[in-house]
Amino acid sequence: MSIQVRNLHKNFGQFTALNNVSLDFPTGELVALLGPSGCGKTTLLRIIAGLENPDAGSVHFHGEDATNVHVRERNVGFVFQHYALFRHMTVFDNVAFGLTVRPKETRPDNQSIKKRVHELLELVQLDWLADRYPHQLSGGQRQRIALARALAVEPKVLLLDEPFGALDAKVRKDLRRWLRRLHDELHITSIFVTHDQEEAMEVADKIVVLNKGNIEQIGSPDDIYNNPASPFVYDFIGQVNLFHSRVDNGWAHIGDYKLPAPEHNTVIDQAAIAYVRPHDIELSESSSEGAIAARIAHVSTAGSVLRIELLHQLSNEALHVELPRAQERSLNLSIGAHVYAKPTSSKIFLQK
Amino acid sequence: MSEIASAVLNTASPFSKPKKTWVKKSVLPGFGLSIGLAALYASLIVFIPLAGLVLKSLELSWPDLWAVISNPRAVASYQLTFGASLAAASINLVFGLIVAWVLVRYEFFGKRVIDALVDLPFALPTAVAGIALTALYTTKGWVGQWFWLADIKVAYTWLGVTVALTFIGLPFVVRTVQPVLADLEAEVEEAAASLGASRWQTFSRVLLPALLPSLLTGFALSFARAIGEYGSVVFISGNMPYKTEITPLLIMTKLEQFDYAGAAALGTVMLVFSFVLLLLINLLQHWSHKRTGG
Repeated sequence: MSIQVRNLHKNFGQFTALNNVSLDFPTGELVALLGPSGCGKTTLLRIIAGLENPDAGSVHFHGEDATNVHVRERNVGFVFQHYALFRHMTVFDNVAFGLTVRPKETRPDNQSIKKRVHELLELVQLDWLADRYPHQLSGGQRQRIALARALAVEPKVLLLDEPFGALDAKVRKDLRRWLRRLHDELHITSIFVTHDQEEAMEVADKIVVLNKGNIEQIGSPDDIYNNPASPFVYDFIGQVNLFHSRVDNGWAHIGDYKLPAPEHNTVIDQAAIAYVRPHDIELSESSSEGAIAARIAHVSTAGSVLRIELLHQLSNEALHVELPRAQERSLNLSIGAHVYAKPTSSKIFLQK
Repeated sequence: MSEIASAVLNTASPFSKPKKTWVKKSVLPGFGLSIGLAALYASLIVFIPLAGLVLKSLELSWPDLWAVISNPRAVASYQLTFGASLAAASINLVFGLIVAWVLVRYEFFGKRVIDALVDLPFALPTAVAGIALTALYTTKGWVGQWFWLADIKVAYTWLGVTVALTFIGLPFVVRTVQPVLADLEAEVEEAAASLGASRWQTFSRVLLPALLPSLLTGFALSFARAIGEYGSVVFISGNMPYKTEITPLLIMTKLEQFDYAGAAALGTVMLVFSFVLLLLINLLQHWSHKRTGG
């Protein structure tokens, strides 16, 4: 089922959580709402679920206005960051809850409920925990039970509010891959909220980047990473090196150094910010055209890439560089060694 | 070879066989000291006086003892004391939950004042409460006159006793339920609603079970307090033998007649009854706690 939101506005006192937000969520897609805390992503999700009322604007489910439909009747599955399991009920009773509270006419008989719950527990691979209580489970298990509980009522939409936020790093990684596979099986329209860009990149079909109640960019993970629409998105998605510069006739001048800015070749002397991603920088031991002279300040060899911090003349901030591990052998990376850093790609945003 | 090795290992092992002890080993120091102090304190304040009470009542011969405690007037007073206490604690269970609910869930003008008022029955001398309640609930009192219109007499009946016991027991339920209710995440209710549960289903199937242990505690405290209550009841009850005479008053009467052993016998009966009832409630609570995992 598709979801549209139109001109949503929501204030909490003086604070504007959503500022005239309109969005389309197509059927069967897994969409991430991504942004820093306080950007309005959770508020948007809660308004779609019916747990919060917008000050203005409307929510449409499959073209029908659902703005004033109670959360009970919206038929959405909602998964909370802190699981919100019923702790006095067994795992089985938790998952069965949505079915057992149905009015008599539509409630399945006990046999069908039992069958359905066990199907769902098998789906989340926790059938063997049916008789336990929530406090006897690990965080990852609890969240999978919460997901099974939400799926039990056969929701038309699945909404997840920072579903992996309370879990530790390893479990989080496993669980998001698992969620992606689950979505590929079920194809249910899903929206999940996260502040973790890596998580959004890995799981979502489409990412909506939010900032201060406004939509910054909508696009596929590739799009968002390779063509950020604004400095905010560039900054928020992955690590960046930032230079204050002046753009003039197709070049961005940073002190006596310059970066090519062909997209701005009609601009004359205007302030701009230049961004270079750490992996878009090459290092060599000999000087070449367009390279910045620098000294190595710190090298971190932990993990799959080399992370190097360089000191240079252009600003007081260290320049962050990421290289493949293979280059460890071909370069002299001792602290204090002189190197030349050459940006291979950069993005320049004019300042208004 | 292996025999030698194991023999060597045995003698060399720095770990001696675990000794059977009364206490589980704990890294927290000071068990001996703290249990000693706790035992001393509890003995001086609770156990020794209660043991004295039982010993005193045993000064009577068995037939005499039985005559005192099975006297129809005494039996009538047990019925009133435990019946009215049970009724009062039950009333407090319901209305204490409502008061706690209102205080936790809503913001309104004068909330702090009401919050403070709830504790007043703790602080007020019970005699003052008794006199005030009596004045209100007589057939000519502000509240009592309306009941009288419906032909219901409150003061000087068992109903009046229940009113007084309800008054003094209210804070126990409110104060035990309040923090637990405040700790319940709103998310759990939202989860229930998103799964299609009605307001009533959310309350009865999600909230109430979570509150049950604290409700039981409040009920037990309120009930226990009511059984022992004396000051406020004697004013509103009218103290008619067989009708509105509570056991604590009967004990006072016996004391005034220098019948110490008889008073102690009645005291022992109350002690045993109270202990059994509180034990039952505690077991119930333990059971419900276990289910929710604390």
